[in-house]
Amino acid sequence: MKIHEADAKSLLVAQGLPVPAWEVARTPTQARAAAVRFLADPGNATRKVVIKAQVLVGGRGKAGGVRLAGTADEAEDVAAQILALEIKGLPVRRVLVGPAAEIVKEYYLSVVLDRATRRLMFIGSAEGGVEIEQVAVDNPGAIVYEHADPLLGLPDYAARELAFKIGFGPHWKAGAAIAKGLLKTMLAYDADLVEINPLAVIREHNADGSEVERLVCLDAKMTLDDSALARHTELESLRDLDAEDPTDVEARRYDLTFIKLEGDIGCMVNGAGLAMTTMDLVKRAGGRPANFLDIGGGAKADRVAAAMRLILDDPNVKAILVNIFGGITRGDEVARGLIEARAQQEREVPMVVRIVGTNAAEAAELLEAASFVTAASLDEAAEKAVSAAKAAAA
Amino acid sequence: MSILIGRDTRLLVQGITGREGEFHSRAMVEYGTPLVAGVTPGKGGLMAIDGAVPVFDTVAAAVEATGANASCIFVPAAGAPDAVLESVAAGIATIFCITEGIPALDMIAVVEEVRLAGARLIGPNCPGATSPGKAKVGIIPGSIHREGRVGVVSRSGTLTYEAVQAMTDAGLGQSTCVGIGGDPVIGTQFLEILQLFEADPETDAVVLIGEIGGTAEEEAAAWAAEHLRDVPKVAFIAGRTAPEGKRMGHAGAIVSGGRGTAASKVEALEAAGFRVAGSPTELPALLRDAGYGG
Repeated sequence: MKIHEADAKSLLVAQGLPVPAWEVARTPTQARAAAVRFLADPGNATRKVVIKAQVLVGGRGKAGGVRLAGTADEAEDVAAQILALEIKGLPVRRVLVGPAAEIVKEYYLSVVLDRATRRLMFIGSAEGGVEIEQVAVDNPGAIVYEHADPLLGLPDYAARELAFKIGFGPHWKAGAAIAKGLLKTMLAYDADLVEINPLAVIREHNADGSEVERLVCLDAKMTLDDSALARHTELESLRDLDAEDPTDVEARRYDLTFIKLEGDIGCMVNGAGLAMTTMDLVKRAGGRPANFLDIGGGAKADRVAAAMRLILDDPNVKAILVNIFGGITRGDEVARGLIEARAQQEREVPMVVRIVGTNAAEAAELLEAASFVTAASLDEAAEKAVSAAKAAAA
Repeated sequence: MSILIGRDTRLLVQGITGREGEFHSRAMVEYGTPLVAGVTPGKGGLMAIDGAVPVFDTVAAAVEATGANASCIFVPAAGAPDAVLESVAAGIATIFCITEGIPALDMIAVVEEVRLAGARLIGPNCPGATSPGKAKVGIIPGSIHREGRVGVVSRSGTLTYEAVQAMTDAGLGQSTCVGIGGDPVIGTQFLEILQLFEADPETDAVVLIGEIGGTAEEEAAAWAAEHLRDVPKVAFIAGRTAPEGKRMGHAGAIVSGGRGTAASKVEALEAAGFRVAGSPTELPALLRDAGYGG
């Protein structure tokens, strides 16, 4: 699950990491009130505020979702413009308002799950503030990698090593502490990514007017492991339902994995690998899959019926392909679900059903009695579904 | 011979009295797997599977009483990492974790403990393994197999069944079929299974079934190019049409930042001498093209 920058920053602060102050605004008026406070702060060296769209996609800056303002009026105006934006199809419902930092130097630091070594891995660079993927291409030597120990985490010496390798200069102690803090955050919330870009040295003013520099998390990106959300119920409220298709919410309710695609052939399959394969074979037969849908293992009739409703909710769907290889899942249960779903459905869509494996013979009997179109092999099923979709489109 | 499981396997099932555990244990016994013990804390002394399998409170007690040397875990996600550790501590050599939905970070320390103990973990979130005619551990339907000399390794569940069924229908039997699991953190990767197949005198050809995400297929391909040069080898990769940035069901199946694409995997496999099928049903014919006569 992806979470917003502002929410990720709250989690970082809760784990003791340095993050400059911010407020979240849902309206231009709220943004103005926040801006008034930050503009009046004597520590704010730039005398400006930054206003950032809170959406769960990258490239906010390029889309006009991150802008500065020097006065309360300007802040209100800019916030109104950003709140009216749609970035990569997602409406902006909230903005983050904070002091515009006077940046001395930008770094990059993240922790990711490295599948190859099965360890957590730090990725750091003194070239921050730009896309790390681009740095990896242009200047791979500028990136530092360091694995956390699977049992000990990041001991102090390893954190220091990392900080010196990245090159935080006089801020190496802060850098080492932040690295340890990011790992702590990762473990505390079962994140699979915590990314700070930029991690920046910023200049602030003390009350007496003197200047001070410190290393802070200026931006934050975090994704959480869906499998661990059950033990972090407090994090469920951070889910952004606006960023999800309503079908995603419905799918989660029935334990289905559903991803909407652009095509016109609805697919219902048990198992993720087989579901991807079914999509691939639809494409190969000249059709276009309308979705990825894994009904999981051991699906009963009601889950099958819910899956069918999700498929039919997509008006583009012109044919449906059901492919079930029964192991834990019983073919007759699926057949009953299909029969039930067809009795309820409001529009007529041709369907091709292939059920093999556990209780396939019982399933075949049920389907034949209900006059479903069936197929023996996966390739045949894909071809039949594609012809049916083409006939329906003609 | 075969790999991982065979005639010498003495299996215990952790979570044998649960719904899934009981159902699949029964199927394993029916297949002829030597299932010598079950473990459910608090149910020690019971007999499971129609009185055929003694149940113990701990894995250590089960190992001591029965000499079990392999375990299969059906414990729910919250307790499954601990179940793996219990098997490791009791000296079990080969551990299969079927459980899905285990938080990825939980598995990091567990996988390390398994490694330090010199044990082998298959999974989690895997269907298990079958050595046809000898033993079946996990949830793969026994009916799809045929005894033979092709080794099959896959990241997926039902897709494996599809491929194995196609092989069996074409008369191509298997030495061992292994599902290594679809999670980001798993105990055993493709490469290690290929190494076991290479060392197995009863495996003459290999089938690798991968999917998008990660680079495990590429790493296995690089090794195979050198060590499996003369072995007939075929592959299938699921997810050629999957869009970037979306997790296709398995937590591990995601194309991100241009990495983990089907195209890169197909290219690496073909460069290593694998014949890559466009559909699982083509695997038997490709195996024969590759010179496998079995």
